[in-house]
Order: sequence, then C-alpha cells, then structure tokens
Amino acid sequence: MSANGQALLSVRKVETYYGKIVALRGVDVDVDRGEIVTLIGANGAGKSTLMMTICGNPQARAGQIIYDGQDITNMPTHEIMRLGIAQSPEGRRIFGRMTVMENLQMGASLVAEEHFDEDLRRVYDLFPRLKERAGQRGGTLSGGEQQMLAIARALMGRPKLLLLDEPSLGLAPLIVKQIFEVIAELNRNDGLTVFLVEQNAFHALKLAHRGYVMVNGNITMSGPGRELLKKEEVRAAYLEGGRH
Amino acid sequence: MEYFIQQLINGLTLGSIYGLIAIGYTMVYGIIGMINFAHGDIFMIGAFIALAVFLILTSVFGFAFLPLVLLIVLIVAMLFTSAWGWTVERLAYRPLRGSFRLAPLITAIGMSIVLQNFVQVTQGARVKPLPPQIQGGVTLMEGMNENGPIVVQLSYMQMIIILSTVVLMAGFTLLISRTALGRAQRACEQDRKMAALLGVNVDRTISLTFVMGAALAAVAGLMFLLLYGVIDFYIGFLAGVKAFTAAVLGGIGSLPGAMLGGLLIGLIEVFWSGYFTVEYKDVAAFSILAIVLIFLPSGLLGKPEVEKV
Repeated sequence: MSANGQALLSVRKVETYYGKIVALRGVDVDVDRGEIVTLIGANGAGKSTLMMTICGNPQARAGQIIYDGQDITNMPTHEIMRLGIAQSPEGRRIFGRMTVMENLQMGASLVAEEHFDEDLRRVYDLFPRLKERAGQRGGTLSGGEQQMLAIARALMGRPKLLLLDEPSLGLAPLIVKQIFEVIAELNRNDGLTVFLVEQNAFHALKLAHRGYVMVNGNITMSGPGRELLKKEEVRAAYLEGGRH
Repeated sequence: MEYFIQQLINGLTLGSIYGLIAIGYTMVYGIIGMINFAHGDIFMIGAFIALAVFLILTSVFGFAFLPLVLLIVLIVAMLFTSAWGWTVERLAYRPLRGSFRLAPLITAIGMSIVLQNFVQVTQGARVKPLPPQIQGGVTLMEGMNENGPIVVQLSYMQMIIILSTVVLMAGFTLLISRTALGRAQRACEQDRKMAALLGVNVDRTISLTFVMGAALAAVAGLMFLLLYGVIDFYIGFLAGVKAFTAAVLGGIGSLPGAMLGGLLIGLIEVFWSGYFTVEYKDVAAFSILAIVLIFLPSGLLGKPEVEKV
C-alpha cells in the first residue's frame, strides 16, 4: 500500500475494542515520510479510535503498529509520544485552567529547554492570535483559537509525525481554510508528516497526498486524495448531502 | 486585647499544622479525585519516625547540638514518611485506578486502619512522651485584665512552626505554579489522558503527588511531636479529620484553599476554646464547615467549573 516503501507509520491488521465492543476490525494504514495522509469517515466509524490506538490508549488487542521501524503496539502512551509523535486530539483537550503559554510549555514537555524560545516563535508566527492570548486561560479562548492552540501545542513537541483529529470541527469556514493552509505549509516547508482525520472530506482530500475511507471499523477504500474525490461512492457518502 | 493576641498566636500555630496536612488531602484529591483517608495516619507515622530518629540520634549516637539533630530528624522523617506515602499509593490505590469510584475510598479507609494497627502493635498503645526540647520565647505584650496580669508570649517553638510553615508553603506554591513538575501535576489534574499524550508519565506524577503530601505531613508530624510532647498511634485520626475539614473548607483541590482552611480551622478551634468551652471546640469547627458549605458548596477558594467547551 505504501507509495515508496518509506513508511514512517504502518498499522497492520489492528483490532481495538472498548470492553466487548469492537471499534476497529483489522485496520491497515500506512503513512510515509513527508506525506499528508487523511482518513475520512462518518461519525463513529472508528477514526478517532485509530488515532488513540496509535498512541496506545486504548491499546490494540490484535495486530501491529510500527513507527519508525519500532513496534509500538504495546508501549505505554507517554513512551510512544517520546518517539516523536504528537497528537492534536478529538475535542482539542486544551488545559482550560492553564494559560496559553502554559499549554504550550506542556506541549514542549519532552523537548530540551534550549529549543523552547525558537519553537515558541515559530508557532506564534503560524498563529499570531496565540501570541496576543499568551497570558489568557485556555478555557476562555474561542473554539477556533483553541484549535490553533491544540495544533501549536502538538508542534511544540517537535514531532516527526503529527496526528490531527478533526481540526475543522465546529469552526467557521475561514478559520478552517487558515488551519488547512498552515498544515500544508508545515508539510511543504518542514517536511512534516501528517496523519489527518476529518469529516470535512472535501478539504481533507484536496489537501492530502493519499486518503483512506473508513466505514464501521474497516478501511473500505484508499488512494490518492484527488482520485478518491472523484469516486462516486465517496462523493455520495461524504460530499453531496452526506454531511452528517 | 492581650488575651486575643495570645489566642491568635496559638491558633496560627495549630492552623499551620492543619494546613500542612491539608495540602496532602487537597493535592491527591485534585489529581485523582479521591480522598486519601490514610493521609492522617501518614502524618502519625511521620511523628513516630521523627521520635524514633530523635531518640536514636540523641541517646545512641549522643548528638547534643539541637538544631543539627532537628535538621537530621526533619530530613530523615520526610524521606521515610514519603516512602510510606509512596508505598500506600502503589499497593492500595494504583491497582484500583480505573475501577469504580468508591473502591479506592474503601481501600483508603482500610489502609488507615492497617497503619494505625501496625503502629499500635509494633510501638505499643501507650502514649510516647518527648520532653520539651525548645523552651522559652519572647514576651510581646504585658497588660492587666480583670483576672490580674496577662502576658502575651510567642514561644520559640511557635515561631519555628509558623515560620517554617510559611517558608514551606511559599516554596510549595512556587513549585506547583512555576516548575515543569508542578505544571505536569496540574495537567494531570485537568486531563490525565491529554497529559499522557504530551509525554507526561501520569503514574509517576501521581506517585510524586503522594510523596510530596507525605513529606509535608512528616513536617507536621515533627511539629506536633515537639509542640505537644506526646504522640500515640491514634493522633492521625483526629488531626486527619480536621485537616480534611480544612481542605474542604478552603475548597478541595485548591492549594491556597488548603492553607487558608488549615489556618481557619486552627483559629476557630483555639478561639472557641479560649472564649467559650474547650469541650465544644470540634463542634464549632465542624459547624463552621457546614455553614460555609451551605453557602459556598465548593469551599472558600474552590472554583466552580465554568469553562467554554
């Protein structure tokens, strides 16, 4: 499946359960170095579960997850993140009682302190709004600002692989456009590898090099983003009137 | 007036001890949402360790220079008591993390009983005395009232207790608000799953919280020992309940709240004893708690959660 055999992340036949309820039924996904890969699907298809399974919470009950040549399937979350994966999770999960600055400091928990100022300048350049809000509590930010903070916080960890879970959810179209532009820029300029989960299939498939479609815990389709966009099944389910 | 000031000093002294214990309750509650009912007994263990180390140093090794002895006692008591706090968390609470909410509460009560009985069996049930070590003080005021002359005294012991509590609390506040460790603790408090996603070792952070609470309880234990001169296996119960009350009064989960609550409970108790009756001092403290909670259910400095989603 991998385009050039340079997989940074390979998910192999992964099954995840919540108690007795199966959420992922043998998922295969590859993300190559320097790629933007998107995963689209309806509510409850298992997209966020896959994101969290990659991060070890919950852990996969079967299958294998290889990151950068290392089997991370059974590693605890905090050790997986140490390897250079960062996630901007579903629901953003901003620390509401901490300031914007403290949220960013938390993002840099695993990074040597000498990089902090430089990294901070970088995320402030990407999201100037955060600089204005630096001393404000995370919980008082607007939805769009919180999303920017969640992405910025993930970037502070200097990831090799950035996992983004629905960065467009609940945001005004203009802000969505802005956030997608930042993702494209990071990928183009810094070669950052991005795995993006989206319900907003149109934008995501246009942005991504490759895409996967998930239905009910299975991958049903995959291919280059622009090809998936043309497919009748994709258009019907996720684009035309298929907004859930 | 002189009488009032004297009571104020006494109240602050007692309140300092409660405040130091209350921090342990409030931090553990903040981070894992459980009341560590064994914390009062950790305080008691701290007092016993302090006594044992003191006796070993003075009678076995013949140390005579008191400040050095007390410093060593303090450090050793903090270390060993922390080890107890760590062990209690590891054995009784961590295996139950993720199970239903009442389970760790029940093991906490079990742990409290275990610790009390362990000390009772190994150390005996009788009170252990320690002759007063730090005597004297300074006279702040002299005056007259209807009963004759009255003197306001600030003993050296009280001075040490109040001062070291202020220093500890200031240091602790800085630790929580300014250091990476403190930030990680606050992050775990708010969202453990997210903290782990940022590379925080959540289990270790929780362990450290127990260790810190126990270290402060050990300081309180040493102060209690020096101030009252007697300890037994049961002192942790009432002091624990009072400190817990202090934490709730101040707003459980809030660090300044625990300090304020501790001081208030100490002051209420002492003033009630001084002006009304000693027998009802606990009733007074708990009544104030009840009244505060009726009007401010989240305590004096506890923050009701208002957050944008």
